[in-house]
Parts: sequence; C-alpha cells; structure tokens
Amino acid sequence: MKRNKTLSLLFHTAFMVFLLAPLVIVIIVSFTDKGFISYPTDGLSLRWYQAALDEPRIVESFWLSLKLATFSSSIAVCLAVPAALALTRYRFAGRDAINAFLMSPLMIPNVVLGVAFLRFFNLAGLSGSVFWLTMTHVIFIFPYALRLVLASATGMDREIEMAARSLGAGKWSVHTRIILPLILPGLTGGWLLSFIQSFDELTMTVFVATPGTTTLPVWMYNHIAQTIDPLITSVSAILIIATAIMMILMDRLVGLDKVLIGKG
Amino acid sequence: MGTRMRKDPYLLLSPALLLFCGLLVIPLLLVAILSFYAFNGTTGVIPDFSPGNYFTIITDPFYGEIFLRTAGMALLVTVICLVLGIPETLILARMHAPWRGIFLVLVLGPLLVSVVVRTLGWSILMGRQGLINDTLLLLGLIESPVRLTFTFTGMVIGLVHVMVPFMIISIWATLRKLDPTVEHAGRSLGGSPLTVFRRIIFPQLMPGVLSGSIIVFALSASAFATPAILGGRRLKVVATAAYDEFLNTLNWPLGAAIVVLLLIANIIVIMGLNYYTERKYRMIFASGDPA
Repeated sequence: MKRNKTLSLLFHTAFMVFLLAPLVIVIIVSFTDKGFISYPTDGLSLRWYQAALDEPRIVESFWLSLKLATFSSSIAVCLAVPAALALTRYRFAGRDAINAFLMSPLMIPNVVLGVAFLRFFNLAGLSGSVFWLTMTHVIFIFPYALRLVLASATGMDREIEMAARSLGAGKWSVHTRIILPLILPGLTGGWLLSFIQSFDELTMTVFVATPGTTTLPVWMYNHIAQTIDPLITSVSAILIIATAIMMILMDRLVGLDKVLIGKG
Repeated sequence: MGTRMRKDPYLLLSPALLLFCGLLVIPLLLVAILSFYAFNGTTGVIPDFSPGNYFTIITDPFYGEIFLRTAGMALLVTVICLVLGIPETLILARMHAPWRGIFLVLVLGPLLVSVVVRTLGWSILMGRQGLINDTLLLLGLIESPVRLTFTFTGMVIGLVHVMVPFMIISIWATLRKLDPTVEHAGRSLGGSPLTVFRRIIFPQLMPGVLSGSIIVFALSASAFATPAILGGRRLKVVATAAYDEFLNTLNWPLGAAIVVLLLIANIIVIMGLNYYTERKYRMIFASGDPA
C-alpha cells in the first residue's frame, strides 16, 4: 500500500482536530474554578465535579439512565438471541419480511418514535412508568442487538454442533455449551452497543420523560436549553471518560470496528 | 416431527414480534390517526376525521420553510461529510499498524459519545469568546467576533461532526472489499494518481458512498438535539417543530401530521436510494463473486 504524503497528513491532522476539539474543550472547561465558562487558568479545580455530585437531580437521573440502559439492553439481547437463531437456522415463510420488520426501528426517526410513544402512553395511561419507558428503549435498540447477534450466528459452524450431537450431547447441553459460547462475542458486543445507545438516547425519551422519569440526557438537554455553565461541562466530562472506558472494553472484547461496522 | 420443526422459528421469534406489534405498530397507527384530528385552542383535540393538518402544512409557508430548511441542511451536511469522509477514509486505509487501529478508534469513538455532550462542546467553541472566534481574531481573518451559535452555519458544523463517522464507517466497509493491486495496476499502466482515483478507486467506492449518504441524509433530516441547541428557537427544523407542537403549543394533531410526513419522506429517500444502489451495483457484486 502507498504511504500518505504530507498533504494527506495535514488533512488528517485537521480532521482529527475537528473531531476531537469539542470533546477536549468540554473536559478542559470542566476543571475551571470560576462560576462561568472559562479556561482553568488559575490551576485545576474539581469544584464543579463536587457540585455535580451534590445535585440530587443529576445523581437521580444518572441512576435512572444506568438502570434503564442495563435493563433495556439485557431484555433486547434476550429477545435477539432466539430471534437471531430462528432467522439463521431455519427457512420459513415470511423470513425476510420478519427480518426487515425487526430492523425497521433503524428506519424510523427517533422523533417519530417519541411522538408515537407519547400518544400511546397518554391513551393507555402509562406515562411516568419506568417499566414502559424501558420497553420503548428495547424497541429502539433491538436492531443493534439483533444485527450483532445475527452476525455471529451466521458465521457459526454447524459441523461443531453436529459433532457434539453425534457424541451424545443432549439438546440443552448443545445450546449452553456449543451455541451460546459461539455467539457470545456478538452477544457481548450487541449488549454494549445497545447499552450505550440507550444510555445516550435523547430525542425519543424527551417526548415521554416526566418529572419522575428524567434520564440524564433529558436533564442535560433541559439544562443546556436554559443555560450553559461549568456544571454541565463536568457532567459531560464524566460521560466522555465513561464512554472512553466502555469503548476500550468493547475494543478488547469484540473489536470496535466489528461492533460499529458490522461483519468482521 | 415435521410440523414441530416448522413451528420452531415462529416460536423463537414470537417474543420479539409480540413486543413490536404491541409497542411499535399500534403507537405508529395511533399517531397516523391523530394526524387527521382537528385542534382548537380552547377545547383541545377534536376527533373529527379530516386532512386539515396536512393541508395546513402544505399551504402555510411557515411549515414549507421548515421542511425546506431541513432538506437543505441535510443535503449540505451530506455533501460536506462526503468531502471530508472520502479522503479521510482513504488516508486511514493507507496507514500501517498500529496507527490505523488507533485512528480508527478515534474517528469512530465520538459516535458513542452522547450527541448532547458533543453539541455542548461546539456551543462552547462557537461562543463569542470561544476558541473559534479567538483563533480567527488572532489570525486576523475577522475584525470582530462572528456569530455562530443560533445560525444555520453553526447547525451544519455541529451536524457534520455528529454524522461524518457514519460516512467513514460506510466507505470503510466497501474499501475493505477492494483489491489494492488494482490501484497498482492502474498506476503501472501509466494512469496519473488523479485518473486512477477518478476511474478506478472512486467507482468502486460508490456503493459505500451511496449508503453512507443515505444514512447521513436521513439522520440529519430528523436530527433533534443539535439543531435544538445550536439552532435555537428561531431556526426550526422538522424535529424541533414537532417537539414544539407537542410540548409547547400542544397542537398534537398538527405535530402528528408533521412527523407522519417526516416518516414518509424518510422511507421514500431510504428505499429509493437503496433500490437505485442495488440495481446499479448488482453487476459489481455479482462479478466480484468467484462462483
């Protein structure tokens, strides 16, 4: 392969600055000791991190988002595994249509989903329920979970399974000791990607969130709509660091390009 | 045994299908019905079935402007993502280990950081005393700070930042299927770098470029957080207009009609371009298969 020339490297550098500048600036500003957005020129201060931890609404919305993301991604994966096995191991009527149907939330803008859930919750009297909010997140993240589980189920070698069966393994042990370990990378990747998608979701949730079910992104959006202060930068900086850790975890476990680009 | 085998896949799919029917199909139908209701400031939502809301959106220039602004914004963002994304992907592809892996993670990483956080970063950078204005003043390119927040330009810059990784992912996926020796062959047969790019590399990248454009256009056209934070109340786009109808003016039927139109437009663009891409590139994919 050819090497990059100076011009390419210049472009690349400018591009990386463009991509990382907004994240870096948030982290820098979060260490200010002043009461407004400014660079921490008089040394680093953790004042605004303390302020974030002292604000009960931030802490509550953080725990809600964490719970929401944990449960919705776990439910999504639990539904995606049998669905993926059905889609890859059987030929049946309507297979392609069902596959497209289960992937359809990707094609529906989140604002449309938000409006749909708002109307549904309003008519069914479900507003403010954490359980139903979780289920809406399951719908939205399901395609991500399914895609990754599908990718690992498709590449599965059926011969191994047959070998196990012919060596006397029962149906249950084939499932738990052969199939499950084989799809585990896709399952883990799907869970992590779903978790992040659910944790960060704003557009859909902002429609159905009530004072009792304010997630962290919704709290942050409402706060930014009022004012931009160092408090919001410290919360954001924590999120950037947490995402970076998740990313490294994902890269080690499955490979980030596999999770984000699809088939490896 | 035979009948049991045929029931198995449906049984395995039933939990997901049940959830989707109950919590996706029904709510979407409810919104479609709501969009035909009427609204009155004093009595609220009136369940009479008429296409009045759609008529309002089509005839009122206020909504026409919102839809045009959204389409223009999405188109501009797509073009800029192409201009930045194609060269960056090619540069990434030419890198060697470990740089390629490191930069790929750095390019794709922002995708996983909350859009609210990224837009906040741009809001700070674009402020009157933000880094962008400071730098431009220092370089003498401008005389006084320029306004970037609450402008169309600011909105586009923020959205490009959110969308460009999707473009790179898409082109990268196509690029990996390419045979690098073809490029060498083109060069050794006397093609200039530009000719080789235009006639050999670019046509092969087209499937990725097209699918990336579909994703970027569709996501930009329905984006909410970035236009809401960087565009403000005045520069409404479709998603923020729907938000205002639902949560501020409370004209739910009109808001429902807006999102129904957004959904239809979205599906037409995605399906249309997908159909075009598949028809045009079936040949390439077919001939790429050794069997």
